[in-house]
Amino acid sequence: MDVSRFEKLSETAWRIAPFGGMRAPAIVYATEDLMTEMDDKVFDQVTNVAKLPGIVRASYAMPDAHWGYGFPIGGVAAFDADEGGVVSAGGVGFDVSCGVRTHLTHLTREQVVSVQQELADALFEHVPAGVGSEGEIALDEQGMNAMLLGGAQWAIERGFGRPEDLDRIEERGCASGADPAAVSEHARKRQRREMGTLGSGNHYLEVQEVAEIFDDEIAAAYGLVKGECVVTIHCGSCGLGHQIGTEYLREMVLSAPNYGIELPDRELACAPIKSELGQKYLGAMRAAINCALANREIIGHLARQVFVRFFAQEDLPLMFDVSHNTCKVERHAIDGETRQLFVHRKGATRAFGPGHDSLPEALRPYGQPVLIGGSMGAGSYVLAGVKTSEPQAFSSACHGAGRRMSRHAATRTWGGRQVVDDLRAQGIIIKSPSLRGVAEEAPGAYKDVRAVVDSAEAAGLARKVAFLKPLICVKG
Amino acid sequence: MTAIGDRVATGRWEHFPHDADIGVRGYGATPDEACEQATLAMMAAILDPETVRLEQTVDFALEAPCLDLLLVDWLNALIYEMAERRMVFGAFHVKIENDRLKGRALGEAVSRARHAPAVEVKGATYTELAFVEDRPGLWRAQCVIDV
Repeated sequence: MDVSRFEKLSETAWRIAPFGGMRAPAIVYATEDLMTEMDDKVFDQVTNVAKLPGIVRASYAMPDAHWGYGFPIGGVAAFDADEGGVVSAGGVGFDVSCGVRTHLTHLTREQVVSVQQELADALFEHVPAGVGSEGEIALDEQGMNAMLLGGAQWAIERGFGRPEDLDRIEERGCASGADPAAVSEHARKRQRREMGTLGSGNHYLEVQEVAEIFDDEIAAAYGLVKGECVVTIHCGSCGLGHQIGTEYLREMVLSAPNYGIELPDRELACAPIKSELGQKYLGAMRAAINCALANREIIGHLARQVFVRFFAQEDLPLMFDVSHNTCKVERHAIDGETRQLFVHRKGATRAFGPGHDSLPEALRPYGQPVLIGGSMGAGSYVLAGVKTSEPQAFSSACHGAGRRMSRHAATRTWGGRQVVDDLRAQGIIIKSPSLRGVAEEAPGAYKDVRAVVDSAEAAGLARKVAFLKPLICVKG
Repeated sequence: MTAIGDRVATGRWEHFPHDADIGVRGYGATPDEACEQATLAMMAAILDPETVRLEQTVDFALEAPCLDLLLVDWLNALIYEMAERRMVFGAFHVKIENDRLKGRALGEAVSRARHAPAVEVKGATYTELAFVEDRPGLWRAQCVIDV
């Protein structure tokens, strides 16, 4: 991306003044190197988002931003219902509430390495992953409705998790306002056999070593100890969320003219928050959030079942669970006035700073854990929300490294077997049903996650707490 | 198979690059043919279509206000059927008349061992969506699929 098209606000903040129908400026947070590496489409998309009705303050892109659908991946925008604001199915995406959770263990790297292959095999065997995989939970109509309303709380009531987990999940594991009646028969059918499955693509379950601590106090509060291992799960709302995205995008594309909305891009399909369609989508999207929260809770439970076979005392307490693709109702200060906004985060992480009243007491003084997924080899980060992120980007941060290479280019560059062997030589065991899938997700296909995270910290979006290095990766 | 920059053209379909996902494109002398080829491109993003045995058929009837939306609807209908029936498809027949599409997909139950599917397609998107006649007798159908 050509940085000369931006006004440089700082070393990590770049602004585009409103032009051509933009109702607000656009701001990208990244170093010049990352800006240069970004696709030109990020410019188009972050400015297109600023053209949507009711946008508040600015359209934002995070340091891992790349070409998405309508919104850039790594896009953040908030809308005010009272000012004609919209909710956008494209601004949430197909994998509603795709996100990350991290469980703690008290196991040292040496303990895990002593059973590394057997543990990897058992996790791969026990946690359904990849295309065509099926979970063991069959949902009838009543069960489906209960799951869509209850999220992780439903999973725990069914015995797939622990009550104490809820404190460590956004919204205590259950998005309020879910409307199962707004979820179609097709979406329900796609989900019938998919509860407790990882999915495919960039979804994974990793066993990681806490390899580096950047902030001792916050790491201690989060329960992170250098040399100990954690289990991180990245997945979303499976077929149900994908179908909801598909159906509402179409409906919003066709309905936009009726609402007097001129879409700069059909993937920015949206409806006024106060419209019947907007409310219906919000109800369906919140049901999909609950599906994702239930799904991650079940997979966490499956991981616990495997670990206890190897380490009898291990109960894998949940550190935190946070989503990347959502629209959430939040209160933010705008020009000294607190307003209720509908904050879209598309491939971006909520990052509430210290003192936020939605955080559990144990975490409140330190800020919300922000979990940054890495690739199979490059590692992941735990960050903490900071107060400066609120005025910068409605308390948001990046969500991962972001791709720098297309899937096809990746398969032309690497073979799946080669990636598996190279990572094994580095002490990382990869388990996946598809070698081509592994090649497409090769670590080199992603940007330098360290540069992305450093950029987010420098921009005041979040602060670094710990670096996690993978030992086992079960790929979807 | 012919490499064109960051694309691979196989017969009359090809993939084109997208940062995170995959662009699928089909060419044909008619809209029907271009649509069939774009569909093969989508299947090839998941697996090698030649590994699919054509044992079962699924029929479709769709309607949309314009040609490009018809393409997205067709691809999304296939994605739904693949997920719901746990099937993969290897051959397609499409007939488009005005704003209606009648389609048939041939395939079999997915075998993770034999097909080794690389990705699940979450949805066909409106990104880079086009269904146009580039010049007389050459139709192009394309969009990005979210994987």
